[in-house]
Amino acid sequence: MEQKQISARERNTKLFNRRLLVSTVIVLILIAVLVLRLCYLQIIQHSTFTTLSNKNQVTLLPLPPNRGVIYDRNGIVIAENLPVFSLELIPDKVKDLNQTITQLKTIIDISPEDIEQFNKQVKQHRRFDSVPLKIKLTDDEISRFYVNQYQFPGVFIKAQLMRYYPLGPSLVDVVGYVGRINERELGQINQANYAATNFIGKLGIEAKYEEQLHGKVGYQEVETDASGRIVRVLKRINPTPGNNLHLSVDSRLQIAAKKALGDIYGAVVAIQPKTGEILAMASNPSYDPNMFVKGMSTEEYNAIRNAPGKPLYNRSLRGQYPFGSTIKPFLALEALNSGTIDTKFKIRDPGYFSLPGSSHVYRDWRKGGHGTVNVSRAVTISCDTFFYTIGVKMGISHISAILNDFGFGELTGVDLVEELPGLVPTPKWKKARRGQSWYPGDTVISAIGQGYMLTTPLQLANGTAILSMRGHGYKPHFLVKWQDDQGKYHDNPPIPLMPVKVDPEYWDVVIDAMHGVVMPGGTAAAFGQTPYKVAGKTGTAQVFSTHGRGAGKNLPKHLRDNTLFIAFAPMDDPQIAVAVIVENSHDAKFVARKVFDAYFNEEEKDEAKSSDSVQSAN
Amino acid sequence: MKLNPAILFKAPISQSERMMQMKRTLSERIHVDFFLLFALLALTALGLIVLYSASNGDTMLVLRQVARLAIAFVVMIIVAQISPEKMRLWIPWIYLLGVILLVAVLVMGDIGKGAQRWLDLGVIRFQPSEIMKLAIPIFMAWYFADKELPPSVLDLIICAAIIAVPVLLTAKQPDLGTALMLAGTGAWVLFLAGMRWRYILLLAFLAAAAMPALWFMMHGYQRQRVLTFLNPESDPLGAGYHIIQSKIAIGSGGVFGKGWLNGTQSHLNFLPEHATDFIFAVLGEELGLVGAIVLLALVLVIMLRGLYISAQAQDTFTRLVAGSLILTFFLSVFINIGMVTGLLPVVGVPLPLFSYGGTSMVTLMASFGVLMSIHTHRRLVAK
Repeated sequence: MEQKQISARERNTKLFNRRLLVSTVIVLILIAVLVLRLCYLQIIQHSTFTTLSNKNQVTLLPLPPNRGVIYDRNGIVIAENLPVFSLELIPDKVKDLNQTITQLKTIIDISPEDIEQFNKQVKQHRRFDSVPLKIKLTDDEISRFYVNQYQFPGVFIKAQLMRYYPLGPSLVDVVGYVGRINERELGQINQANYAATNFIGKLGIEAKYEEQLHGKVGYQEVETDASGRIVRVLKRINPTPGNNLHLSVDSRLQIAAKKALGDIYGAVVAIQPKTGEILAMASNPSYDPNMFVKGMSTEEYNAIRNAPGKPLYNRSLRGQYPFGSTIKPFLALEALNSGTIDTKFKIRDPGYFSLPGSSHVYRDWRKGGHGTVNVSRAVTISCDTFFYTIGVKMGISHISAILNDFGFGELTGVDLVEELPGLVPTPKWKKARRGQSWYPGDTVISAIGQGYMLTTPLQLANGTAILSMRGHGYKPHFLVKWQDDQGKYHDNPPIPLMPVKVDPEYWDVVIDAMHGVVMPGGTAAAFGQTPYKVAGKTGTAQVFSTHGRGAGKNLPKHLRDNTLFIAFAPMDDPQIAVAVIVENSHDAKFVARKVFDAYFNEEEKDEAKSSDSVQSAN
Repeated sequence: MKLNPAILFKAPISQSERMMQMKRTLSERIHVDFFLLFALLALTALGLIVLYSASNGDTMLVLRQVARLAIAFVVMIIVAQISPEKMRLWIPWIYLLGVILLVAVLVMGDIGKGAQRWLDLGVIRFQPSEIMKLAIPIFMAWYFADKELPPSVLDLIICAAIIAVPVLLTAKQPDLGTALMLAGTGAWVLFLAGMRWRYILLLAFLAAAAMPALWFMMHGYQRQRVLTFLNPESDPLGAGYHIIQSKIAIGSGGVFGKGWLNGTQSHLNFLPEHATDFIFAVLGEELGLVGAIVLLALVLVIMLRGLYISAQAQDTFTRLVAGSLILTFFLSVFINIGMVTGLLPVVGVPLPLFSYGGTSMVTLMASFGVLMSIHTHRRLVAK
């Protein structure tokens, strides 16, 4: 029995030990399986999984370059970048958009317009892109949001630089503005370079020098976690900031010009004749470019677009006006230079002009005429009959030629994007566009700047500048120099225009006559006495024909004549050439006077200052 | 030679007892197997190093794990003091208590991680299924203790019942991972008890045959339900996500790894559950194949020691207990690593001594305590 028990025990032990051995073998095999599996994953498949792992975590994030700052000629900032905090949402990460917005409303002031704008943008973006819900959070809102942020997954505050125009409406005509990139622009830009950019130059300098201002996008190789949060930055290729631009515009003069215009609709352009640098280019009424940066609702936009005087319409570049009598100095030059007349040529002005064999009467602005008039006096007193006469004498081809020489009828090539060319008509043009022959009468009225011919205020200022330089003008432009990302300055040298070749004697005749304009007896005697010597020319263009002469002061305002005034000073060493066009107003010369005063007063002040400092240094 | 019975029966025994007392090593006196202890400490240390990284350097979390480990080691040493005889005396009651607790969990179980596993006793919360990890093999060993082996068909049926009750109760929680572990533990006991090969093969065949048949009888949504059931830890949408990310983590680690604390997969939260069930992936990613092999080598050392202890055990009861417990330890290591490396379906089985978490660690260390007890309570008996 005991024996049996012992043997049973031994058998049990043997059986157990056998099974234990089998188990050990199984354990070893299974460990081998794991090791082989690990070898497969970590050696054979290693590179595959490394790629997958890198893909998992490394994301290339574009970094927006800082847009170049724009300065005026005195170094005053006219376009800069300010940090703005906006509340952004990633639709994909927000469970219930409406509910989230409702909740956000309790801590942040969100207007229905914000929501409308947001909903519009949500549709335009990919689900995993962040979309701004409210731009420009206040400090209070920022702190309130951060306290509650845990309640809002997928909602965050984004700091970004936003374009800001400190001088607002004063310089919008020059600088333009940036706005959100739209679909059409998206097709035109290098999308890689704009990967992190939301804004693009829409108008003015901002649009013209978009490439320079924008800079080059940078990249950040970041490690992100599974939820897309940035954990750390692996590599950073800094963006190249855009170039800083220094413009010729003098914001003090620009503001003075705007102020001079007051509530008159019109435009003032002032050019430095020796360089072609534009000192001021103001169109009135105006608008605040910052609104376009912020973004507007359709209603807001329509309100601006349809506001009285159409503020969005840049009159200085796109306003095409009849020359009126401002055409006369140019025609006088041509008549003299072409030998059509000489300086002694005189007419007796009966107060009207008729073409030979025609009974149609072209009236002078002064009933009864000006008596005996030579070319010099004709300019000074703006004698229509004299110019009818010489216009017909030299013919439309001479008129067109001289206007073209002074840059009319074609784009000046100013460094802005929206310029219009004006119009210098020719018989060919009339045939092509109107299907009519050129009538002698067309030439007659062309000679006093009426009819088909149109000029923009910019062209008129440019022509005046060329005249002031006695034919040696420069292409009108704004960019004086730019500063690259290394801080180095590059000049944008003035480009001389094709000189207008006129005998020096004739320049003197015409310019002296223009000086007479602002002197007693001249048409702009009211311009008044100035410490600087001015040469100018008035102009009036009818908006509504009164069938006869008359200023039409009794007409409703919008039917009253437009007046123009061109002038430069000092006459012998021109520093500034100005063209003013005011709609339905007679104040062009007064506006011009204020601009000149502003310019020369500032100059004087500056000189006074520098002489003071010289004295104190002594 | 005529011997004095008194000498034969009294003196030699008392002498041998005295001898034994004198000869008893420190290990035997304090009932701690130093070999096992140091191997376990080494594994624990490696585990803490990996956990520190897996928790993103969360010192508090690591300290909590250290506290748990300390409790677990204390439990191990306490359990090691209990002689196998006492265990054998208590085990039926412990098993019964375990079953009652499992039922209790089902009835009034606290919701933990979406499954009813925890029993809140006010002070501590624990999973009764963990008790069964020890109770099933020890109770089965108790059953076989005085039986002649290999087990008869009747024995097998009774054992099937002993295993099935807690396994089904656990599976119903639902905690398939633990249920499988419990079934595996029971199976090891049967295997070590010498269950005939033909029965083993028959069972294996039946199981293999039943599985596809069952699978094809199911509708798509039922299959999906089974798949979800197999993987209760993850949401159905992310079912594949765990394993893909875990394979990427391990694979991208390569031979030498990305370096400690440099695992991108785990630190960037691509790898889910990286401090708990998927901690092996962190090891694979940061310490590479080398680290994984060090871990497996430590496991192998512990295994071999455990197998040696069971081979040295003096009776059927202790042999079966020691053998099945050490093999259960290995089973959980294998299932966890198999799952994390994509060899096995994802079931919630933690990596012993590595994964962050409580009860299973205590159970595991208790089972090592049982092993130590068995090894250090051996009597010197003549062969």
